[in-house]
Amino acid sequence: MVQTRSLIDEQGLRTDGRTIDELRNVKIQVGMVKNADGSAYIEFGKNRIIAAVYGPREVHPKHMAQPDRCVLRCRYHMSPFSTDTRKNPAPSRREVEISKVMREALEPALMLEDYPRAAIDVFVEVLQADGGSRCAGITAASVALADAGINMRDIVPACAAGKVDGKIVLDINDVEDKEGSADMPLAYMPHLERVTLLQLDGILNQEEFNECLDKALQGCKMIYEIQRKALIQKYFGDEQELKEES
Amino acid sequence: MREAISQSRRLDGRDLDEMRPLEIELGIIGKADGSSRVKLGNSEVVAGVKVETGEPFEGLENKGALILSAEVLPTASPHIEPGPPDEETIELARVVDRGVRESEMVDLDKLALIPGKVVYTIFVDCSIINYDGNLFDASSYAVVSALMSSKLPVFEVQDGEAVVNTGKKMDPPLTTIPVSITAVKIGDSVILDPTAEEEACMDARITITTNSEGKFAALQKGSTGSFTIDQIKRAAEIARIKGEEVRTKIKELTNNGH
Repeated sequence: MVQTRSLIDEQGLRTDGRTIDELRNVKIQVGMVKNADGSAYIEFGKNRIIAAVYGPREVHPKHMAQPDRCVLRCRYHMSPFSTDTRKNPAPSRREVEISKVMREALEPALMLEDYPRAAIDVFVEVLQADGGSRCAGITAASVALADAGINMRDIVPACAAGKVDGKIVLDINDVEDKEGSADMPLAYMPHLERVTLLQLDGILNQEEFNECLDKALQGCKMIYEIQRKALIQKYFGDEQELKEES
Repeated sequence: MREAISQSRRLDGRDLDEMRPLEIELGIIGKADGSSRVKLGNSEVVAGVKVETGEPFEGLENKGALILSAEVLPTASPHIEPGPPDEETIELARVVDRGVRESEMVDLDKLALIPGKVVYTIFVDCSIINYDGNLFDASSYAVVSALMSSKLPVFEVQDGEAVVNTGKKMDPPLTTIPVSITAVKIGDSVILDPTAEEEACMDARITITTNSEGKFAALQKGSTGSFTIDQIKRAAEIARIKGEEVRTKIKELTNNGH
């Protein structure tokens, strides 16, 4: 990766005006896709992503069904207008891989053994992509799964940290992803304290690696609070939220 | 349902020729050159415009290229599976395309850069997020409002061969506002703007697109049933009148004086 310009200025502010410990704006709205069993819309920086869940339902094709548990299927897909240059609507290798790691990030949180011979489908559509769309997608998908009433052990927030201009920063944006030197997306179950997704692109030494991991973890905890509030808002309204905070 | 409709009643209480509420939100995709989110009742479509340069279509060497696609996302309904577009989705994209193309909404003659070699290529892609019937009209309104609110990058030809993006923006050369109206026949009644439930028991469908002058620009009959000549004439008249109502609404919502 080539460093072409300074990504952190003298005041320690990043290209979008954040400090190194600051998340982008995150907004989650629950239940906006009417036909789905559960859904969530997330704005994560400039990411605009919809996650919809269908199921548990019958498995097609039938031979995919498991006698003792439910099959989880995920599709991560980007709309053609989601990127700077138009993206071909056919699924790319990148989308196929993200679909897989996303499924593996969500699966540990679900009590799939409660729905034998059934399938749960999770569809994540990126309407506008910024850096970190897989993390935003996982965050939205796990809220959508909760909204669908699927039995869950935990919810799965996801967030990345990375290395930019020699510093470890929280929640890498698009420019930092392209021009920075490392990107580490993490998905984490806050109650079970387990990591369900971890990737790394770039070079970090041992110390930086640990710092990066800790920082991404802090991000996941902040995002968890936002997920929780969005779900409370949908099912209990503002009143409950006020009560809890007082 | 067939019985209710034969008595001029619909399950959602609408009149036979009443459309569902139309909502349009613009500019929701900052990375697109134009975008819109349209809700027609519970049917919801996001459309985005992307502009690039490319080769002209064969036989249309001096015109810009307009390419329209639609994808019914698997989020849209429990019955949709991911994969390449099926017959119905291809028909959907082609019918919406026909309305925009045949009405000559975009003046493609103004979008050639180096005739025969390089022209503006305008992609308009629709993602259907929630399906509750009448995707033809919902997608068509999404495409039209995304185009109306779009700002195209200005490309310039230097030394007769190199094409550069000047970083400037321009309004697209639009000539008219095509509006499609879809009617379906259930029994002997013809109803407008069908919901998913109504489409499930329709005998035949017709989509008629009119331009700003109230002239007919495109038409597509679909499904296995048939219409009488009188029904088609009446549907055409309704499409013209209702089309003008929708056009006024789109103008109002996009705040555009075309």
